[in-house]
Amino acid sequence: MTLLIQRLFDGLSSGAVYAALALAIVLVFRATGTLNLAQGEMAMFTCFLAWKLADPAHGLGWPVVPAILLAMAVGLAGGAVIERVVVRPVEDRTDHLPIIIVTLGLMLAINALAGALFTTDVVRLPEVFPAGALRLGDVHLSYATIGLLAVLLVVSALIWALFQRTRIGLRMRASVDNPDSARLLGIRRSHMLMLGWGIAGALGALAAVLVAPQTFVHTGMLQGVLLYAFAAATLGGFTSVLGAVVGGLIVGVLQSLAAGYVGFIGNDLSLLVALVIIIAVLMVKPAGLFGRVDSSRL
Amino acid sequence: MLRAISGVVPSTAEYRFFGVRRRPRSPEQVARLGVAHVPQGRGTFGNLTVEENLLAGATLRRRTPEIAEDIENWMTRFPALRDRRAQPAGSLSGGEQQMLAIARAMMGRPKLLLLDEPSLGLAPRVVTELFDHLKALNETLHVAMLVVEQNARQALRHADRGYVLEQGRIALHDTAAELGGNDAVRAAYLGV
Repeated sequence: MTLLIQRLFDGLSSGAVYAALALAIVLVFRATGTLNLAQGEMAMFTCFLAWKLADPAHGLGWPVVPAILLAMAVGLAGGAVIERVVVRPVEDRTDHLPIIIVTLGLMLAINALAGALFTTDVVRLPEVFPAGALRLGDVHLSYATIGLLAVLLVVSALIWALFQRTRIGLRMRASVDNPDSARLLGIRRSHMLMLGWGIAGALGALAAVLVAPQTFVHTGMLQGVLLYAFAAATLGGFTSVLGAVVGGLIVGVLQSLAAGYVGFIGNDLSLLVALVIIIAVLMVKPAGLFGRVDSSRL
Repeated sequence: MLRAISGVVPSTAEYRFFGVRRRPRSPEQVARLGVAHVPQGRGTFGNLTVEENLLAGATLRRRTPEIAEDIENWMTRFPALRDRRAQPAGSLSGGEQQMLAIARAMMGRPKLLLLDEPSLGLAPRVVTELFDHLKALNETLHVAMLVVEQNARQALRHADRGYVLEQGRIALHDTAAELGGNDAVRAAYLGV
């Protein structure tokens, strides 16, 4: 029993990271209608930036929190710039393949650039949350897990409020729902796209620095995480903010339980869990748990 | 043609809008001139609520209290919208969606309202109601309207002036009453 609860908490902790990256994927998907395969690498790049700012030996030795905030700001600007400069020229609302290929190219390019600019070694970002754990009986609930879940909760509440409670959020939703009508009302679609990609970039940066204590910082740090995030987004339904969060947590827990209880999976094959989830969801309920099946009446 | 005025389709044409020469570049810019466009097929935001659709119509306005007041006014004018204010617009009937599309366009307080085939797909009774509403808007709110309509009989009954287009060129234009009485027009377009 104790072990089960411990594994649940471990799962929620990695699930929070998947959820943050899944949120980024969902935001881009809602804005542009396609996947950004480079989302993970963009996040990895900003995480290296945070490391460069914070590391006392190889960098500037900033305190870690301002370093992370600046990395998120760079993620925001970087996402917007990438949308405008690289993605927009190939945008075609009926054919999404060009964008996917461009983001695939970005993924490789950013990976190489990070290696060249920073380092190809594995480095450590200083911890944000204090070490240690809360003891509940025999279960250890680490401060890092509590912190992760709290950050996820706050961030998803902020995103939800942005979309549901602000005028700019309403404009973004209108622009996603019917781009042509939105433009006729004076909503600048171009700005909405850049904003969607920008927020996704900032969220990605956050996911990367949150996962950094477990994966450490290196050019491949998010490649596995990105797959789990895709699984989370698929499970949650790709169009839903809530879906991304719930999907992320479920995927994290499933992964932790499968690794613990299904003998042959262990830690080596746990990526299999992500693939099984993706395939199972697509076969049983393609719209995911919270996805919208678009309907309209003429 | 309406899509060219709004800048949805590229056009090299120029037009005069309240005496100023304009060349449409993008729909966003045209909207900023005070031109609202109710597109063919209504173009409501199906996943947004009725109220959110109206709010989105006020994108270019700043004063929140006035916007809220306008929303109430439009819901009074079209009571069906008030009954369904928290429902997704996609769940509305065709006629209700057309009213919503018009109210949404009017939320921007435009000087000119463009309507593209507003009667398309609506029941005859709803079409009559729709044109009565348009006439009332025109008279009480003094908004200019340019309506492109296949239903020539209804359109001419409510319009001040009529223009007959043939292959993109104006073949005939006159006051709506004169056009409606013109034998050639009656034979060709009104089917009498």
